[in-house]
Amino acid sequence: MSLYEIIGGLLSIIGASFLFLGGLGIYRMPDVYNRLQAGTKATTLGAMSLILGVGVVKMEDHWSWIVKAIIIIVFIAISNPISSHALSRAMYHRKKFPIIKSSDKNMDAYREVFEKQEREKEEKK
Amino acid sequence: MIYIFYITLVLLTLGMIFSIIRFVKGPTAGDRTVALDTMTTLMVAGLVVLAAVFDRLIYVDVALIYGVLGFIGVIVIARYLEGAL
Amino acid sequence: MITGEFYVLPLKTNNYKHMKTLTLSEKLTRFIINWLFLMIVWFAFTTSLSAQELIAGAIATMFISLLTISLFTCCTFKLLSPRSLFYMSYFLVIFLRELIKSNFDVARRVLTPSLPINPGIVKFKTKLPTDFAKMVLANCITLTPGTLTIDVIDDTFYIHWIDVKTTNPEEAFIEIAETFEKILLKIFKP
Repeated sequence: MSLYEIIGGLLSIIGASFLFLGGLGIYRMPDVYNRLQAGTKATTLGAMSLILGVGVVKMEDHWSWIVKAIIIIVFIAISNPISSHALSRAMYHRKKFPIIKSSDKNMDAYREVFEKQEREKEEKK
Repeated sequence: MIYIFYITLVLLTLGMIFSIIRFVKGPTAGDRTVALDTMTTLMVAGLVVLAAVFDRLIYVDVALIYGVLGFIGVIVIARYLEGAL
Repeated sequence: MITGEFYVLPLKTNNYKHMKTLTLSEKLTRFIINWLFLMIVWFAFTTSLSAQELIAGAIATMFISLLTISLFTCCTFKLLSPRSLFYMSYFLVIFLRELIKSNFDVARRVLTPSLPINPGIVKFKTKLPTDFAKMVLANCITLTPGTLTIDVIDDTFYIHWIDVKTTNPEEAFIEIAETFEKILLKIFKP
């Protein structure tokens, strides 16, 4: 085993366990927003680490493995938060409000903005 | 070395099974789209590992294109759910 | 117009209408930065230095960057000064540290049988000047421990927080975004 294989193997195992935790988080969390939280964070670092690990292992064969791996890593780091943001806003506008455990009214700061936008839509009609 | 890739593939499959359960069960369309998003990322990682197992560089390109298409798909579904399309 | 929205997705959809009145030097700067960026991506795709590949790539990326001048709103040559390059690498280190922290946070929450969460939505105001800087901050907030950006309206961020510690906007800002905003202000306002 060379040094590349040891480092790459460690990174791959860590990444795969985080990806597994992402899947488990999607299954266990109670509502859409918490599922997005678990899914986005765990899968982003998991995929980054796993793909970097594979790139490091294969770097001995040819250098283009690591270059393509880095391109995929950058793309995942940019695209994952954007899609989760778009989904969360879409779900709020479909009136799927988040679960809030305490009875404090300030806990949902986005509600007033949403209601204002709804009123403006009604007036336009 | 190949056994480490087998272990990662087993972990990826377990994560995929949990997201498929959520995809089937999910009470709303949003839950299903979240599961789809996660499955896309898992699949991209899985394709890269398979490229290393079979030693074919071209599979990495396939993984990248799969990621781009999955991202566009999730964005379009989100815009549709919001009522903006 | 979905391609335009990708780039400025956290913001209002009609924010890039004022881009029609660009001076020639602005257009040229954007064109050159865009072209360089696309050439780097092309080189990473092909990973070969033969003349045929490079010429084909130069022609294709030139056409793409000519067509998308009005959509790329981010960069000027100021971003390539050594000072902001230093702050960018510092930003990357901080970002990776927060990303790893947030993953262990998620792992702890998912693996605890009783699911220790206390979710809610908080808001705070930011001082960042440009749309692009706000987009970077929003994406970073999504990847840091326990927070998810729901919407950005003008300069107010609405954040879903998995474990709400405070609902006061100023305290929430210090808790969530202060470290990132300090560095982003140095990068985008030299």
